[in-house]
Amino acid sequence: MSALIETRALARRDERRQAVLLQPTDFALHRADRVSITGASGSGKSVFLRALALLDAPASGQVLWNHRPIANADIPEYRSRICYLSQRPALIDGTVLDNLRFPFSLKSLRKRHFELATVTALLQHAGKSPDFLAKNASDLSGGESQVVALIRTLQLNPEVLLLDEPTAALDPASSRDVEALIDAWFADDPTRAYVWVSHDLEQAQRMSDIHLHMSAGVLSGATQA
Amino acid sequence: MNYQNLTALDMAIAAALILINGALSLALRLGLERQLLWAAVRTVVQLLAIGYLLGWVFAFAYWYVVLPLMCAMTLIAGLSAAGRGRRTYRGQRIDSIVSVWGSSWLVTAVGLFAVIRIHPWYEPQYAIPILGMILGNTLTGVSLGIERMTQELTSGRNTIEMILALGGSRWEAAQEAIRQAVRAGMIPTLNQMAVVGIVSLPGMMTGQVLAGESPVDAVRYQIVIMFLIAASSALGTVGAVLLTYRRLFSRSHRFLRDRLQER
Repeated sequence: MSALIETRALARRDERRQAVLLQPTDFALHRADRVSITGASGSGKSVFLRALALLDAPASGQVLWNHRPIANADIPEYRSRICYLSQRPALIDGTVLDNLRFPFSLKSLRKRHFELATVTALLQHAGKSPDFLAKNASDLSGGESQVVALIRTLQLNPEVLLLDEPTAALDPASSRDVEALIDAWFADDPTRAYVWVSHDLEQAQRMSDIHLHMSAGVLSGATQA
Repeated sequence: MNYQNLTALDMAIAAALILINGALSLALRLGLERQLLWAAVRTVVQLLAIGYLLGWVFAFAYWYVVLPLMCAMTLIAGLSAAGRGRRTYRGQRIDSIVSVWGSSWLVTAVGLFAVIRIHPWYEPQYAIPILGMILGNTLTGVSLGIERMTQELTSGRNTIEMILALGGSRWEAAQEAIRQAVRAGMIPTLNQMAVVGIVSLPGMMTGQVLAGESPVDAVRYQIVIMFLIAASSALGTVGAVLLTYRRLFSRSHRFLRDRLQER
């Protein structure tokens, strides 16, 4: 089976404290994979996910996308298809609609267009009516903000989602909304895949087929690249 | 018009006015006596020192005397621009010196060669005070610009990473911080230009008038200087902010937030 993204001996270090954050890791994510990574906080789960999203520079090793290393110039394009979602949703000033339109103002996404129908359907999945779009971003609850951030990402039709504890700070109802949105996105196309970092074992069991564990920068149960 | 020279006694009378500050500090228990004394001594010593130094430089108007002095002034301005702000990063000093140096010398050159057109260009009576005034304002712009930039990058970290994660380039991610920082660096000069002559009478113009120059001629110089200052502090601010951007965002469109550290 062909891998969507792979890592070869990917390692991260904290340059300032000279500490190892991630031991050299081989990992492959294939189409239709639902991977969860659990582990204590500070074990390196997020470090690994951020390295997959190319947000932090690795100390050594590499990330391959469709079996090829990623050139600097292609990194924005990569990130618009292999989407990282953080635990803390960051919204820009303005309405929900402004936030959902925002990605299309970026150069790497300029060829794509905002589609209201897509967004309305996604909102419906999360139990939000269309007038939710006119709400001011600063008036949203934490859960609503995360739903907006997720829809902002999902409307881009990502190949892969890299989910960094997306529900860790949310109430149960919002968590269910987020899980439902991700389920629907995954079911929509059999070529999609995601990596879900969670400290909630139950959620990890429920939302994934491949369970990995991170401890002191070592990813165990990793598939061989 | 004649010009009244000041004697040591005249200066002593003025210096005695510091006693007013001292009395206030004692009466209100401000605890500032030590600082007052120190400030007063520094004022006298630093100004006397620069007076004698400039007197010497003016007497030996050679480029190899004037140029090193100008370099030293620029270096000190660059270093003091880097000294402010809560956060810093490796290389901030160099960025600050480079942006102060580049902008102030470029604009001073325009002033000396194109506007005032003095011969030789290093005539210390012109070159040194003009560079000094430009440096003083440029250093404010540069230090405010860098300070605001590092502050915006710290507080806006989540938004910056969100833009990068959605496929934004490093430039798109940093744009808002850059804009705010450049604004912050340019505003003091704009404010100054808006009130000059109404609220404030600039020191140089006042000095020329005291020395017997007609006010109408003195303001001509002041107008030229204001524009030189505006240009240099804008250039310096933009330069410093862009250098900061290059240090903290890599070519691989990563935000190197670990490089930002508290002082």
